[in-house]
Amino acid sequence: MESVEHKQPNYIAVWAGLFVLTVVEVGVVYLRLPRRLMIVSLVFLALWKAMLVALYFMHLRFEPKRLLYVVLAPLPLAVILVAAVIHAWPVVPAP
Amino acid sequence: MTAHAAVGAPAARVPAQGSVGVHTQKLGMWVFLVSEVMFFTALIGSYIILRWGTEASWPEPRTVLAIPVTALNTFILICSSVSMVKAFAAATRDDQAGLKRWLLLTVLGGATFVSIQAFEYHHLIEKGFLPSSGLFGATFYTMTGFHGFHVSCGVISMIWVTIRAFRGKYVGGNYHGVETIGLYWHFVDLVWIILFTIVYLI
Repeated sequence: MESVEHKQPNYIAVWAGLFVLTVVEVGVVYLRLPRRLMIVSLVFLALWKAMLVALYFMHLRFEPKRLLYVVLAPLPLAVILVAAVIHAWPVVPAP
Repeated sequence: MTAHAAVGAPAARVPAQGSVGVHTQKLGMWVFLVSEVMFFTALIGSYIILRWGTEASWPEPRTVLAIPVTALNTFILICSSVSMVKAFAAATRDDQAGLKRWLLLTVLGGATFVSIQAFEYHHLIEKGFLPSSGLFGATFYTMTGFHGFHVSCGVISMIWVTIRAFRGKYVGGNYHGVETIGLYWHFVDLVWIILFTIVYLI
């Protein structure tokens, strides 16, 4: 019983991490940072949170490598999808 | 030829632990989630492209949306993910009382999230922010609506899993059903983390 509990990650620590990162995210919005810096920090924080959920709650960290390849497979496809749409519809970014 | 025959040979019983070394139920859910990644990529990608192209006329989200309420809702969804992993952990050590308690809490968290979202929609529509309110209105309701639909499906499935738990279907280390719904649940939480940042904060 103890050993099973031991092998599992500390979920409460992950929860605390997600809570702190969410508070930081909302804080960043109200800090009135330069727009580009704000976007970069928010995307970084969101990806960090998403990684925590995938690695610990979805146990990807403890899965065999072969499952990891299955999970990572759509990421290049997602990039191709978005790149193709951008290519098909050239947008002019605001100066 | 021989290799083909070996692959095509009918198995007397399909092993739950497939050739990938992962329980088939879990692998099936992951393959489904991989397709969901593409689904949400299409939505989020379109949003980014539309917004990037019309940045000057795009309203600042925080002037339209109530960020503190949604931040609280985000936190509720994260908490329900924690109760879900607690339910899974209880199932792996055959702690039936813990499994039922944590599953009930997860259902409660998910239902609260959907309720607050319905309340938010009601409030926004009263204020005159509709799906027809320009590109932001259209993309906002499409993305959060599809996500809310996913959470609702999750809550219904979670109620089903909870009923099964109360009927003792996950005793004796038979926790794969709990793990499978858990993966779906965490994925929906993960998508919300991204959506909250992209739609509400940026």
